[in-house]
Amino acid sequence: MAGRGPIANLNEDHDMSNKLTTLLSASLAALLSVTSVPASAVLKVFACEPEWGALAQEIGGDKLDVYTATNALQDPHQIQARPSLIAKVRNADMLVCTGAELEIGWLPLLLRQTGNARIQTGQPGNFAASDFVRMLDVPVKLDRSEGDVHPFGNPHIQTDPRNIARVADGLAKRLTQLDPADAAYFAARQRDFDQRWGAALQRWQQQAAPLKGVAIVTQHKAWDYLENWLGMTEVGVLEPKPGIPPNSSYLAEVLEHLKQQPARMVIRAAYQDARPSEWLSQQAHIPAVELPFTVGGDAQAKDLFGLYDDTVQRLLKGLQ
Amino acid sequence: MKRVFMACTLTLAAPLTSAADKTDMAQLHREIEQLKVDYEQRLHTLEVRVQAAEASAKAAQADAAAAQTAASASPAPVATATTAAGTAFNPQVSVILDGTYGKFAHDPTQYAIPGFALTPDANPGKRGPSLGESELAMSANVDDKFYSEIQISLQPEGGASVEQAFFQTLEMPASLTVKAGRFFSGIGYLNEQHSHVWDFVDQPLAYQALLNNQYADDGVQVRWLAPTDTFLELGGELLRGDTFPGGNPSGNGPGARSAFVHVGGDVGISNSWGAGLSQLRTQANNRETGDLSPADTFTGDSTISVADFVWKWAPNGNPVYTNFKLQGEYLRRAENGSFTPSGLSAAPYDGVQRGAYLQGIYQFMPRWRVGVRHDWLTAGNPGAAFTNTVLDPKNHTPKRDSVMVDFSNSEFSRFRLQYNHDQSQPTTDNQWFFQYIMSIGAHGAHQF
Repeated sequence: MAGRGPIANLNEDHDMSNKLTTLLSASLAALLSVTSVPASAVLKVFACEPEWGALAQEIGGDKLDVYTATNALQDPHQIQARPSLIAKVRNADMLVCTGAELEIGWLPLLLRQTGNARIQTGQPGNFAASDFVRMLDVPVKLDRSEGDVHPFGNPHIQTDPRNIARVADGLAKRLTQLDPADAAYFAARQRDFDQRWGAALQRWQQQAAPLKGVAIVTQHKAWDYLENWLGMTEVGVLEPKPGIPPNSSYLAEVLEHLKQQPARMVIRAAYQDARPSEWLSQQAHIPAVELPFTVGGDAQAKDLFGLYDDTVQRLLKGLQ
Repeated sequence: MKRVFMACTLTLAAPLTSAADKTDMAQLHREIEQLKVDYEQRLHTLEVRVQAAEASAKAAQADAAAAQTAASASPAPVATATTAAGTAFNPQVSVILDGTYGKFAHDPTQYAIPGFALTPDANPGKRGPSLGESELAMSANVDDKFYSEIQISLQPEGGASVEQAFFQTLEMPASLTVKAGRFFSGIGYLNEQHSHVWDFVDQPLAYQALLNNQYADDGVQVRWLAPTDTFLELGGELLRGDTFPGGNPSGNGPGARSAFVHVGGDVGISNSWGAGLSQLRTQANNRETGDLSPADTFTGDSTISVADFVWKWAPNGNPVYTNFKLQGEYLRRAENGSFTPSGLSAAPYDGVQRGAYLQGIYQFMPRWRVGVRHDWLTAGNPGAAFTNTVLDPKNHTPKRDSVMVDFSNSEFSRFRLQYNHDQSQPTTDNQWFFQYIMSIGAHGAHQF
């Protein structure tokens, strides 16, 4: 090889590269023809969070094939754009996500990398639950010194079950838009869900009556909607700023503050580190309550109904 | 810089050619007028919408307060406005600031790895405090079909260069994605990653010596994602071929081309992995290396093959508290052509050079990570014609061990302390680095 001139080698390499390219395009073409399988009636849904996966299942029944991208023990703000997620988004007919920039750290990349036209922003296949509820805690000031702030408001909308009903309505309409043939099926399931949900809401609100006006401390500002629903008052947050983990000096401040404004309990989501709230619990002699936060957050929160059944029960237990 | 000016000239030249015809001019004027009217109308609509949104936000706050006192109050009507991504129509703008304090036992300006022809600017860092390259990045969806991104690197000594500037398709049939412009090639694992997400201050020796840290080039990239549950991506690129290890392309066609395949998936909920094989074939035409007085030159083919893998672990798939990443790559560069050592005459060269690294990064508590890395190079024997030239490995196997610890106050700020036990040169160098990386503005998601 060393004896040959560079020119000869260049030409030879051109040929080899051309062959490589031809081979690549040929295999691409072959693969493409394999992929164009006939569209099936079942819509593939990529749900960003477990609550939306569960809701899609409630409304869509067996007309949907639902994949839930995250579990209740993961922080929905901080998910890695893993290869497995890219593969799932590539095949999805519909995304059901919170929106409001909760998934800003990973979803845009998944959308871009897959180039899946059906689910890009603005397409009917891109469903953001936060479009259907009234956002709370919309910041007046946008500055990173305020921590991980969400410009469109607090994205943890699923902690108020009334929001679930609103999203269910929007979801049924969107499913109808994507799959008009099954419109009656979706409408019937939505009506049925709405009825069961309405009854459950009444039950939860009756059960939760003692929680009205109760002062609580939270670990992350994730419970605005729950507080709004049940009339609880948040008197402290363990994270100095949203997304900044609690530290000992700030925890001491919160503890000091509780002397003037006592709280009945400190609550955290299942995915969060237990230590800060347990520390406060011991120091302030108030119970630390771990809430499921979403479907799958504990053994009782198997579905959406179980989620709020258990949330209310755990809060009531915290009062005792 | 040269390319920036070329781009500017092109843009400026465009109106001149179209001005040739007077009727065309009039047509253009009319169109511009129409555009103006159109935009004024849109602006007005936006103003009205903003006012309405402000009013409803106030109402929402009032509602929320009311709801606090009366929990059973019926829920407020649903807002149906669509949530927009980013801010209004402005692109997402971000700036990355990066600075280092370096301490070297040996003068880093005299850096040379025996057996390897390095670019003139190759060095392991600077002594004392120094500002690194600041990066200005803008990105946005152009419309429903395209996304664009530009990264401008501002050199501390003045001047700027276009690091990446490309557009990418958002919706092509059959999950094809086309990218065009200047971009980091899809070869390997580290090659596409921006310097501010590196886990160490510096790139592995293999990337430093064989790719001059990172291979970016002008051209077109096509990627295709297989419709499988396991991630499988095929891609190819046609590139200009003007960057190391290529250089000075002379023909009309692409001077470099690449092909790559990436696979990946999950194992249970706590583990995920990715792996890839890639090849870049480029040509060098009087590629200059060494210290330019006079330079060593190479003309011929350069083919780089890369095998990479990464394994990530996070308990329950939640990386916030603890996580671990194991990553390694193997690079092989075969060059065949004619090499002219500085001050000597040309001789045929046919050699294979290899490099690899293995590194592990462990986040042991929120915000704190430690990392170790081992990397090495083998130069291969270039033959008697190159004895005592830059290509002579002088019986030395370059290798390096690094350890680092870093702290991130938030995902936007990071401080790092790193130590290199560097044996890439025959005399061992002890290198210390203290680095900060600050990221301001909107910042997009990071790749796996």
